[in-house]
Amino acid sequence: MPRAGENHIPIAGNTKVEEHGAKGEGRRAAAAAAAAIRSMEGWDRGTKSVVGEIPLLSTRAGPRDGDAWRQRLKEEYRALISYTSVNKSKDNDWFRISAANPEGTRWEGTCWYVHNLRRYEFPLQFDIPVAYPQVAPEIELPTLDGKTHKMYRGGKICLTVHFKPLWAKNCPRFGIAHALCLGLAPWLAAEVPILVDSGMVKHKDDEGAPAEAAAASGSAAAS
Amino acid sequence: MEEELRALLRDLDALKQSADPTAIDRMRERVAGMVSPAAAAAAAVGAARSKIKDMSAEVVDSNPYSRLMALQRMGIVDNYERIRDYSVAIVGIGGVGSVAAEMLTRCGIGRLLLYDYDTVELANMNRLFFRPDQVGMTKTDAAVQTLSGINPDVVLESYSLNITTVKGFETFLGSLKAKSAHGCNTGVDLVLSCVDNYEARMVVNQACNELGQTWMESGVSEDAVSGHIQLLVPGETACFACAPPLVVASGVDERTLKREGVCAASLPTTMGVVAGLLIQNALKYLLKFGQVSPYLGYNSLKDYFPTMEMKPNPQCSNPACVQRQKEYMQSKPARDAAAKAKMEAEASAADECPVHVDNEWNISVLDDSDTATSSILSTAADSLPEGLVRELPTADSYQEPIAPVTSGAIDDDLEELQRQLDALNSS
Ligand SMILES: [Zn+2]
Repeated sequence: MPRAGENHIPIAGNTKVEEHGAKGEGRRAAAAAAAAIRSMEGWDRGTKSVVGEIPLLSTRAGPRDGDAWRQRLKEEYRALISYTSVNKSKDNDWFRISAANPEGTRWEGTCWYVHNLRRYEFPLQFDIPVAYPQVAPEIELPTLDGKTHKMYRGGKICLTVHFKPLWAKNCPRFGIAHALCLGLAPWLAAEVPILVDSGMVKHKDDEGAPAEAAAASGSAAAS
Repeated sequence: MEEELRALLRDLDALKQSADPTAIDRMRERVAGMVSPAAAAAAAVGAARSKIKDMSAEVVDSNPYSRLMALQRMGIVDNYERIRDYSVAIVGIGGVGSVAAEMLTRCGIGRLLLYDYDTVELANMNRLFFRPDQVGMTKTDAAVQTLSGINPDVVLESYSLNITTVKGFETFLGSLKAKSAHGCNTGVDLVLSCVDNYEARMVVNQACNELGQTWMESGVSEDAVSGHIQLLVPGETACFACAPPLVVASGVDERTLKREGVCAASLPTTMGVVAGLLIQNALKYLLKFGQVSPYLGYNSLKDYFPTMEMKPNPQCSNPACVQRQKEYMQSKPARDAAAKAKMEAEASAADECPVHVDNEWNISVLDDSDTATSSILSTAADSLPEGLVRELPTADSYQEPIAPVTSGAIDDDLEELQRQLDALNSS
């Protein structure tokens, strides 16, 4: 059985920060990133090294802040582009996400996890909360709603005790990409194997047969 | 009842085809058996009382307010009937909010605004208030159903929406501002936060800071054994963003707390206690009796109730909070004059016994001066009363760029960035 988390948390890689903006800012960002990583007690080395490769954000603005939010949105895109590129370069691609409205306040996409060499894919969605970035987005996996206790109503994933303190400590420097890396990725690594092994989640190739059988018996009962 | 009637209809159809004469007798018996439960159900509906125009202090069995008006006769409350002038918004109609709403309804509050996005589930039945037959209804509609039956005098408004989304927030803000009949500053006199998460609390904080609206926050720990209530007056007390949230330490070692496979536990007892503490504080605030607690914790494992006060943080990250603080400081001379006048009036009026009772178990960290000077919150961790802890760390000190940084990268067009991400997504 592959180790949990292996498919999307590369172990290799230094804590390198992509420079974005002026040189001074780049140095400051590097220092901030180093500080962010130092504060990550209780996280595995792989996650630490990946999060260090996501550019940090600087604008403290939420979806009601007009032009400042547009600025923040640019930073969000830059971080997501960077994170997606890093994942692809390490053959560790594990999500797709894009804004679902022009204001960039709602995001939709998919994420997937490989367990026992099979890929399990889940739709992914969240709204940018009014109090963002002071509070993190609440990531939802609607198709898993009701299938695990590690979830709040509406399919919101239940984050680890480590996530919220780290997010609070790094406000406003963490963005959507960080929430995915530090919130969703560890959740999938911990919960998908349990969901699959317990039979709560079936691989899409296995879903056809039993569903058809159920439909057939259902129609028999009705006639 | 519906189930039985459907079965009856099916059997009647079968009867048409049947030649058995005794079948009609059996059918008659069944219908007769259904008459009296139906009559009882109708009587129960009929028992709902009609609206009452004025609260009466008359002590008769038929007066739902007699025991409440007795508070006035006993001198606890000056004017109980004023409760009918007040509007209270309750955000989160879960284990605490629903019970809080029932308490205010039974007390005869004027108007209740109820906010929740969730529906009633069987999994909620370990808590008070909701009934299994309400499963599937929105929590706000189910609450209105029950509350209007208990006290039809209360004006109930149901808002089934998620206040943390931009759209939900605008509706929330609008409904709080809408003027009520007696027309005070905003449409409500008090907002009660009974939500179960930090995200939603920050949203209530945002709305109340923008409106200058006094509110009370409540919470129960995820391990269900402790809770707290907190009074927040924008500009005057710490807002919810002034410092990391303060929670009661349960005394359970975090390392021994087993979190595998569960998000949160809940008990009807802890939630009922917290709802009771919250509404007691709300009644004291609205009807002006006793002392309104700025913060009251509840540790159920040790039956320990820590209290404290929190001053606003001049460096609060919430701009609306900083603005309210400025206004509060500017209004100090007027407040002082009013307080002096009140004291003089009271001094001339009375030899009455003092309202204050020594609470030797209470711990107050701050003195009573109301000047919001340097932040005591930066050293808050050291000065917290025993048994209280910060739920989250403070943000690392971080200099935000004064002006938007203008460099090649920052000038990127938003659409261009979107295109780049889309290209990555489709490759
Ligand atoms: Zn504040």
